[in-house]
Amino acid sequence: MKLIDIRDKTAIVGVGNTPFRALYRKKDPRRNSYTLGLEAFESALEDSGLCKEDIDGVIINRIPSYTKMCVMAGIKNPRLTNIFEAAGRMSGIALQYAAMAVYTGMANVVACIYGNDGWSAGATYGGESQMIDSYNFPFGMTSPGASLALMWQRHMHEYGTSEDDLGVLAISQRKFASMNPNAVMRTPLTMDQYMSARYICYPLRIYDYCLINDGGVCLIVTTAQRAKECKKRPVYIMGTSQAANHTPYYHSPDYGWDAMKLVADQVYSMAGVGPKDIDCAQIYDNFLPTVMLSLEGYGFCPKGESGRWIRGGRIEPGGELPVNTSGGHCSESYMQGWALHAEAVRQLRGECGDRQVNDCEIVQYICSSPICSSHILRR
Amino acid sequence: MTQYTKPLPIPNDFDRPYWTALKKHELRMQKCLDCGEIWFPPNPVCPKCLSHNHQWIKLSGKGKVWSWVLFHQLYFPSFSEETPYNVIAVKLDEGPLMTSNMVECNNEDIYCDMLVEVFFDDVTELITLPKFRPAGRPKEV
Ligand SMILES: [Zn+2]
Repeated sequence: MKLIDIRDKTAIVGVGNTPFRALYRKKDPRRNSYTLGLEAFESALEDSGLCKEDIDGVIINRIPSYTKMCVMAGIKNPRLTNIFEAAGRMSGIALQYAAMAVYTGMANVVACIYGNDGWSAGATYGGESQMIDSYNFPFGMTSPGASLALMWQRHMHEYGTSEDDLGVLAISQRKFASMNPNAVMRTPLTMDQYMSARYICYPLRIYDYCLINDGGVCLIVTTAQRAKECKKRPVYIMGTSQAANHTPYYHSPDYGWDAMKLVADQVYSMAGVGPKDIDCAQIYDNFLPTVMLSLEGYGFCPKGESGRWIRGGRIEPGGELPVNTSGGHCSESYMQGWALHAEAVRQLRGECGDRQVNDCEIVQYICSSPICSSHILRR
Repeated sequence: MTQYTKPLPIPNDFDRPYWTALKKHELRMQKCLDCGEIWFPPNPVCPKCLSHNHQWIKLSGKGKVWSWVLFHQLYFPSFSEETPYNVIAVKLDEGPLMTSNMVECNNEDIYCDMLVEVFFDDVTELITLPKFRPAGRPKEV
């Protein structure tokens, strides 16, 4: 079998999510990933026009137990059940597995359900709540953000990029968020505000870090054939790819580009398009340097050029390549890639209101992390 | 001596020689006797050829700052007094990349590709941490 045989053969037919902004304003220790996932599932099911009995595959992420989740959703005998570890890299991977399952017939309709109660539960993503790391903790080294800070410092040294390049990106994403009623952070940001913000781990500031907030997202995946019977216009998976970057640390001297190249080569050849054909990109922004390294790693611009390339409105509303049109993880919601997928689908359906990208036909999702993944989706 | 409150390593069966060598003020890492690979962090087998034959060789202790950061966020309360504190990623002359702190140098004076040499910091009676200082300074007394 050739990968291009799978092009356009699977589709996302339902997306759903909880409110993000409202939940952020009201912390609630009783809130949990199951109820958040359930709410998103109900919403995605409604969006797809399918009924619960059509779902015969369930993949969950960041929700601890598939049994409990399926009991709550009343899905008793799915033909496919799985759980992916609670890491953001897994959203793209989950969609890819769902697509493989429906393409092969191992399931007909897969619900991918995600729930995140990190805000109410007080998640910190670093420090002594994590398992002891003998080669890092004694020096005070912790958190993936610090690894991105190391990579960005090196990138600035090697290529002459700068701290305010990240400010350009932060401001652009916030512009999109200001047009997104569900975004957690909607107040426009200026370069002065960005530059005077406190450092979390120099050279990264608070605006370079993803939010921590509660929410749930669900995607429903089926075959292209079945998709035609669903309520809304299907969003086809043209290409999908992953390649890992397994190294001793979260940072790596090649910036993760070796893995990104493998992913890019496969996803573009499978989809039969290239970076120039992408109408908007949803790029995993756990920390803003990840977006810059991705733009370079996928060939949107040459290595070292992202700082210059994103200027002049290119990635902003109305630009040549709008990036993170919901506001992304730093301004809309930290749903570990899941909400970026939902945004990709809604952009392709033309459901994004003020922030809608004109004539949006092809969207790319990119996540660069210890497992890099990418999809190219079309309407 | 005041109580040391920062996080400490927990030596395990296969990295104990690393910590034992540090105690003697030697930076030792594993070198594969079959393919010559030198690796870090410690690993039970050679990650390049999976050979079980390795030797804990003594390294020069010299390297370059691949990159560096300053922690402003207080993830470890025990670091509060020196926040913001530096963390460096050192590319050793022998190849491996390791995490450490720069000592005997102001944070403002650290830069990428700076030449450094190991400095053994006896933080407790049992544990010595490999830190780094600018290369070429007079040896510790
Ligand atoms: Zn070997």
